[in-house]
Amino acid sequence: MTTVTTQIKLTPEHGARPGVSMRSRLQDALPKIVLAPSFAITIVFVYGFILWTVYLSFTNSKTFPSYALTGPRAYQRLWRWTFESDPPSSWYTSIINMGIFGFLYIFICLALGLFLAILLDQKIRGEGVLRPIYLYPMALSFIVTGVAWKWFLDPGLGLEQTLHQWGWTSFHFDWIKNKDFVIYTVVIAGVWQASGFIMAMFLAGLRGIDGEIMKAAQIDGATTFQLYRRIVIPLLRPVFLSAFIVLAHLAIKSYDLVVALTSGGPGGSAWLPSNFMYEYTFKRNEMAVGSASAVIMLMTITAIIVPYLYSELREKPR
Amino acid sequence: MSVIATPARQSTGGISARTVNRIVIYSLLALFALFYLMPLFVMLVTSFKTMDEIQNGNMLALPRAPTFEPWLKAWGETCVGLTCAGIKGYFWNSIKMVVPAVLISTLLGALNGYVLTKWRFRGHTLVFGLMLFACFIPFQSVLLPMATILGSLGRFGVTLRNATGFSFGLGNPTVNLVFVHVVYGLGFTTLFFRNYYEAFPTELVRAAQVDGASFFQIFRRIMLPNSMPIFVVTVIYQFTNIWNDFLFASAYAGTGDAMPMTVALNNVVNTSTGVVEYNVNMAAAMIAALPTLLVYVVAGRYFVRGLMAGAVKG
Repeated sequence: MTTVTTQIKLTPEHGARPGVSMRSRLQDALPKIVLAPSFAITIVFVYGFILWTVYLSFTNSKTFPSYALTGPRAYQRLWRWTFESDPPSSWYTSIINMGIFGFLYIFICLALGLFLAILLDQKIRGEGVLRPIYLYPMALSFIVTGVAWKWFLDPGLGLEQTLHQWGWTSFHFDWIKNKDFVIYTVVIAGVWQASGFIMAMFLAGLRGIDGEIMKAAQIDGATTFQLYRRIVIPLLRPVFLSAFIVLAHLAIKSYDLVVALTSGGPGGSAWLPSNFMYEYTFKRNEMAVGSASAVIMLMTITAIIVPYLYSELREKPR
Repeated sequence: MSVIATPARQSTGGISARTVNRIVIYSLLALFALFYLMPLFVMLVTSFKTMDEIQNGNMLALPRAPTFEPWLKAWGETCVGLTCAGIKGYFWNSIKMVVPAVLISTLLGALNGYVLTKWRFRGHTLVFGLMLFACFIPFQSVLLPMATILGSLGRFGVTLRNATGFSFGLGNPTVNLVFVHVVYGLGFTTLFFRNYYEAFPTELVRAAQVDGASFFQIFRRIMLPNSMPIFVVTVIYQFTNIWNDFLFASAYAGTGDAMPMTVALNNVVNTSTGVVEYNVNMAAAMIAALPTLLVYVVAGRYFVRGLMAGAVKG
C-alpha cells in the first residue's frame, strides 16, 4: 500500500505533463485505493492486534496492560495448570471440556447431519417442510439457544418434571446442575443448533452426486448399505472437510452458549478456553494469562484453518 | 440419488418390505423434527402462561388461559440489571447497531470483491487470503487490544467534546460496536462478493472500460444491478451474525444503557433478585429471537446460501 500513496504524491511533480496523465494514473491506482482501507484495517485490527495480544502475554499485565516484557511466565503458569488435575485448575477444566465438547460436538453433528441428509434424500414427501425445521436453530443466537435449553433441561421445571408428571417418577436428569456432566448439556444444545446446517451441507453434496454412478453400482448388485459406504460417503469427502472446518471453528469460538446455558456451570465446571480467557482477562485481572490463553486458542485454529485455506486458494488455477 | 426408495433387489420382498422401510424413515424424520421444534415450542408456550400455571402445570401443555402479559412485561417493565424499563430500549440499541454495521460492511465487501476479481494486481491472492483468514480467528485474540483502543478513543472523545462541544461518536458504545462489527465482518462480506463476482463475465467489464467507463461507473452501472442475490445473502448473513453476537457486545457494551439485546437478555435471565419470572424470561428470549427468525422464515433460501458460502470458502 505504500506504493499506492507514493504514486499519488509523486504525480503533481510530473505536473509538467498534461492532466490526462495524472487522471489516468489516478484511474490506474483507484482499485488499489478502494481496497486499501479494508486491507489496512485488516492488517492493523486483526494482525496488529494479534501481535499486541502476543506481546501482552509476555508481560506481567494484571488489571491494566503493562508493557515491560517479563518473559513467558504466563505460558509457564498455563503449562503447570495443564497438569493440575486434582483439584482441577480452571485451565485444566477448560481444555478437558474443550476436548470433550469439541469431539462430541463435531462427531455427533457430522453423524447426525449425514444421517438426516440421507434420510431426506429418499424422495421424501414434505421435504420442503422438514428441511427448514431442522435448520432454523442456526438462525438463533447462542444466547437464545442457551436460554431455551436451560429451561428445557432444568430438573425442577423441564424434561424431568414433565416425565415425572407423566408417571415416570424414577426418571432423573440433572446434568445441567452436575459439575461432572454439565459440559454434555452444552454438547446437546450445540448439536441441536448446528446439526441441521450440517445436514443441509450434506444434502447439497448428495444432490450433486452423479446418478449414473449409483445406477451402475446397483446393477453390479451392491446393497443399499454397500452403496452408501463404498460409493456415496467417499464421494462426500469434500463436504466432510468443509463441515469439519465449520464445526471446529464454531467449537473453539463457543463462548456465549456456555454463558447462557450454564453461567459457567457449578464452580466454572462448564468453562471452555474462551470462557477462561474472558474471565481471566476481564474479571480476575490476570490479563497476561488471559492473553496467553487467547494465543493458544488462535494457534489451535490456525493449525486447522491455514492448511485448508492454503489448499483452497491454491487449487484453482486462474 | 434416492436409493432406498427404488430398491432394485428388495422388490422380491413385496410391497410390505418397502412400506416398512418408508414407515421407519418417516417416523425417524418426524422424531427429529420434534427434537428440533421442542425447545422453541416450550419457549413459546411458556411465554403465554401465567406463573401459577408454570409452577403447577406441565411444560408441554398448551396455556389454559393464554396471556400476553409476559410479553408486555418483558418489553416494557422487566428488570435488566438495576433498571426496570423492559428490554425495548435494548432492542432498539441492537437495531441502531445492526443497520449501519450491515450496510457499511456489505458495501465495502462489494467494492473489495469487485477489485479483487475485476481489477487484479500482483499479490491479490495474498491480500484476499489475509482478509479471509481474519474470518476464522477466535475473537479472543483481538478482544483486549480493541478494548484498549476503544478506551483511548473514548477519552479522546471526552477531550474533543470539552473542546468543541461534540464528540463525533467517539466513546459511544453503539458507534464502537458498529466499528467493531464492520472491521471483523469485512472478511466474510469480501469473501461473498469475491466468489460471486468471480463468475461474472470479465469481458463485460473490459468492454465498458474500452468505451471509456470509469472504475466507479462500471461498478454502479454493471456490477451493482447484477448483484441483487449476493446482496441479499450478505445482508442476511451479516444481520444474523451481528444481531446474535454476544462476545463483542458484552466486552464493549456489557453494562449501561447501550447494551445490545443479547447482553440484556442474558442479564434478564440471570438476574437472581426476587422471584424468577420464567414466562417473562421466555417472552424476552422470543423477542430477541424474532428478528432473525423472521428473516429466516421470509428469506430462508438466501440464509442457507449465505451459510454455505461462508462454509465453502475461497
